[in-house]
Parts: sequence; structure tokens; C-alpha cells
Amino acid sequence: MNRKVSFFIILLFVAGVITASLPLLAGADNPSTPAAAAPTNDPSGSLTGTVKDITAKEAGKPVLEEIAEAVGHNKISINIVWTLITGYLVMFMQLGFALVETGFTRAKNAAHTMLMNMSVYFIGLLGFWICGFAFMFGGVGQVANLGMVANLNNEVTWNLFGKDFGIIGYKGFFLSGDSYDVAVFTLFLFQMVFMDTTATIPTGAMAERWKFLAFCVYGFFISMLIYPIYGNWVWGGGWLSQLGTNFGLGHGAVDFAGSGVVHMVGGVTALAGAIVLGPRLGKYKKDGTPNAIPGHHIPMGIAGALILAFGWFGFNPGSTLAGTDLRIAVIAVNTMLASAGGAMSAMLYMWFRFGKPDPTMTVNGLLAGLVAITAPCAFVNAPIAVLIGLIAGVLVVWSVLFIDGVLKVDDPVGAISVHGACGAWGVLALGLFADGTYGDKWNTVEGTVTGLFYGDGGQLLAQVISIIVNFVFVFVAAYLTFKLIDVIIGNRVPAEVEMGGLDVPETGVLAYPDFILAKSDRKETANGELG
Amino acid sequence: MKKIEAIIQPFRLEPVKEALHAISVKGMTVTEVKGFGTQKGIREVYRGMEYQVDFLPKVKIEVVTTDDKVQTVVETIVKNARTGRIGDGKIFIYPVAEVIRIRTGETGDEAV
Repeated sequence: MNRKVSFFIILLFVAGVITASLPLLAGADNPSTPAAAAPTNDPSGSLTGTVKDITAKEAGKPVLEEIAEAVGHNKISINIVWTLITGYLVMFMQLGFALVETGFTRAKNAAHTMLMNMSVYFIGLLGFWICGFAFMFGGVGQVANLGMVANLNNEVTWNLFGKDFGIIGYKGFFLSGDSYDVAVFTLFLFQMVFMDTTATIPTGAMAERWKFLAFCVYGFFISMLIYPIYGNWVWGGGWLSQLGTNFGLGHGAVDFAGSGVVHMVGGVTALAGAIVLGPRLGKYKKDGTPNAIPGHHIPMGIAGALILAFGWFGFNPGSTLAGTDLRIAVIAVNTMLASAGGAMSAMLYMWFRFGKPDPTMTVNGLLAGLVAITAPCAFVNAPIAVLIGLIAGVLVVWSVLFIDGVLKVDDPVGAISVHGACGAWGVLALGLFADGTYGDKWNTVEGTVTGLFYGDGGQLLAQVISIIVNFVFVFVAAYLTFKLIDVIIGNRVPAEVEMGGLDVPETGVLAYPDFILAKSDRKETANGELG
Repeated sequence: MKKIEAIIQPFRLEPVKEALHAISVKGMTVTEVKGFGTQKGIREVYRGMEYQVDFLPKVKIEVVTTDDKVQTVVETIVKNARTGRIGDGKIFIYPVAEVIRIRTGETGDEAV
């Protein structure tokens, strides 16, 4: 642009600003403005929001019922806004997973790994909308914290020993009919992003060798059936949540934000998937000892871990479904404390045992702490939160070494260990350490949620049962799903595709077209031997 | 005329470049390369498992110079690239048949 023209525009702008601010300056200097005059603006914010804003027959003079109406509406508004915003944070965790999984795998598969992480979002969303939500929450009733007007009251039950056991929900398909309701939509958004967290966990364990079409089919199975069914049993009013009312086991299975329902389900599915799929070429030497296959972009993985840690402030505190439940402060702090414990113990353990603070294992430690605190976050105190994290950080390292070296299941990013092993630990930790300060009437059982060390061994038993059921049901269901996919379309890409990289054969485009050397600096042969 | 091709540690590039400037070397070409020598890479630990890094990152410098300056250039590179540790690299010297400056068409020593 011509220099003269720019100068003229700047001059005009300055003149405009001065003209606009003149009345303000004059007003400040002029104390003769009558005090009684109605305010024309409210720079401090103290005048905005008054009795006028309460809907009343006689404006400015509401009666008690009208005030109560406004207070009730405000309470539910806060809860719904809180639940939606924390849901948005959880949705952002999709990016965290995408970066961790892509960073910890090789450059030649980066477009493929990233695309799986993105696609699981919309595939899962559609599946959960079609029937996943209805199966999971169709019998949950009216969620009080969301002031729900609609009633999700159709739980299919099975009568055994004269008691009803919820098996599956059956209302809310396609979010239509009675489910066309603000509170139901709020619940859907929040629960949908949770389901997607589960659905995206196996893409890490199964990365670098999974046929994309097989992955797409899996996306519908997990979002429409596997996740919703187990989820119904714990969160939808199903039989595991009824262990308290039916058998007097504490409050039944309690899982505040999903160490079990979300993370362990994802981890166990990942285990079944990685077993069916088999290890990557070159992962194991002929004598069975594992080779390390370093990820191609550690900074990307670390960025993803921090995004996940940020998203967890939605995951855990949001699970109150209530911004008016101020326990959210305890939950948020417990969440960050446990992540610190997990990262610290994993980093130090690697440092002492192998000589260096391994960045990817430190990332796994941070996530392990987060996963483990997810179930107990609302029920434990701060020192216990740190302890749960510290244990999770070491547990995740042991689990990675065990799964890689003993089970010989190839999990490139440690998803089975982070989400499966530490998810189970989180559910168990609740049964041990819940301190009885929160959770009155949880699962309609009187009294607060209390763990073994605070006097309620029944709660621990309910937790153990939920872990066993989780492992058995999810493993069998996922294993059968992957086997079925194997028979119909095949899970694994051909060996030459795997060696050359999945990007071009599977997606038609290279993630990094300018870097050729990076993908070929490790020779791999079909017999699993490194060249 | 000779081409001097030196494979050096990447972090020694800056001192080598400065030293070549100081002895009035007029041009050089630098490439990031990967390779191995006598030790055949190094072993590292990732997620608790050892792995072999077969090709280590190096920098390749190419300098073409007149015959009389070859000795000085080589000595300068050796002096500035050497750390005394494994992996310092190697220098190769090749005869150059002809040099042509594209802009002017000059050839031979004039064009170096």
C-alpha cells in the first residue's frame, strides 16, 4: 500500500478514537451529572442483572413462586452449561489421543493413524446416536442434576432370585420422540464424547498394521454395542449398579467418571484387538525378545499428553453433571494431583532402572495417573489422590514391560497398560480409599460412598465384581467382534503394505512427502527379523 | 582442482564453516546425511527395550579448491571437526575434471 494512504488511514483512526472518547473524558471531569438519573451504562458490572430480570407478572415485583422459579431455572442452567462446556473439553481430548498415537508411531503410517483418530469421532458419534445412547441410558430415568423433563424409563430387566436386574436400556433411539429434550441432548453430548474416548483407545494399540475398512466396522460395533452395554450396567441403572440395592454391596459398582466404563473397556478392547491382529513386523526377534520401534515425533506425543491432561478437567469435574455441585473443586485438584504422581513415579522409575527419563513412558505415567483417578476422583482426599497416581505410574511401566515382553502382545503406544491396567486400578482404588465424605444416596443407597480402609468392605467387593465382569464381558465381546471382522474383511494389511507404510496404500497420501529417509532407516523383513 | 568431501559431526559444522571462511574458501555445499562407520551405529533404550540406531545423522561438506590449497583446507577441516571421540567422520578427496561458472562461462582455476 502507498505510504501516504496508510498514514492517512492511521490519522483517521486516531481522530476517530479521540472523538469517541471525548464524551467519556468530559463525563469524568463533570461531577454535576445528577445522581438520581437512570444509568446509561454499567462499566463496573454491578448494575447488570437485577430484579427486573426475573420474569414476573408485575415487572420488578416478583412473588416468592416467581423467584423460586427463576432460582430453579438458574440452577439447572448452570448445570447444563457446565455439562456442555466440560463435554466440549472432553471432545478436545480426541486431538490429544490423535497426537499421542501418531507421535509414538512411525512417520510412514502417520496419515493413517491420524485419520483413524479423526474418523472414530464421527463414526462413533453416528453409532451412538443410532442406538448406543438408547442402549446405555434408555433406562436411566430422569437425570435430576439436569432437571430432566423427559423420562428415559425403559430398562429391560431380568428377574432373578426375585430381584430385577437391568440388562440394557431401550429408549432414545436417534434422539427422537420423547428424547427431543434439552436435558437429554445435554446428556447425549457429554456421554457421546466419553464413548469416543473408549473407541479411540484401541486405535493406538492396533496402529501401523490395521486395515482402515476393518477399523471403520469396529467403530460401529464399539459405539453401538460393546461400550453401551457395559456402560448401562454401571451408569445406566443396570445390574452392576444394583449390587448395592440388591445384595447390600456398598453402593453397587461405583465409577465416578469412567476408569472402568470408559478406560478399562477401551484398554480391554485394545488387548483383544492387538491379540487378533498380531505384532507389527519386526517387533519380535526370532527368539521372541521384543525390539523397540521408536515413535517418529516425540514432541507431538508430549503435546497430545498435555491436551489430554487439559481435557481431563472436563472429563472428571464434568461428571458431576452439575456446576452447582461444588465438589468439582476437589475433583479437579485430585485429578491434577494424581497426574503429577503418575508422571513423577513413571519418570523416576525409568530413570533409575534404564538410565534415562524416557519421554514416552513419562507421558504414559501422566496418563496412567489420570486414568486411575477417574473413578475415585470424587471420593478420595488429596494425599490419597497422589498415592493413587504414584502407584499408577509404576504399574503402567510394569504393565508395558509385561505385555510387550511376556504376553508378547504388541501395543505401540501402551494403550492397554495406560487404560486397561490403570483403569482397573482406579476402580479398585475407589473400593479401598473412598473416604465417606461424598456420594450420599449414590445408586439409591443411603449414606456416603466408603471404601475398605474407611470401613466398607462391601464397596470393595462391588468394585472387584465390576472389574471382573468388565474384563470378561468386554474381552469376549471385542474378541468375537474382531474375529468376525477378520473372517469377513480381514483385519491386517498385507506385509508389503506394512513394510512400505500404510499411508499411500490405505489413504492415498503421504503424511510427510518430503521426508523419505525417515521411513526407511530401519530395515524390516517379513520374518520379523531386523536387518 | 580437487573436491574435498568431509563427513563430520553436525555440531562441528559451525566452527568448520567459520575456519574455512577465515582461510578464504569461497564456497561450500552442505548436506544433512545419515550413515554408519566402524561402530555400525549405536544402541539406545526406548520404553525399556534396547534398539539399534543403524544410521546416525552427519553433515557432509563439499568444497572444491585449487590444488595448492588442498592441504590447508584439509588441515582446517580436521582441526575444527575433531573432538577425539568416536564418530568424528572422514574426509575424501577427488580429482575434479573441470569447473564452469555458469554466470560468466569462466572455466578452470578462475571459476573455483
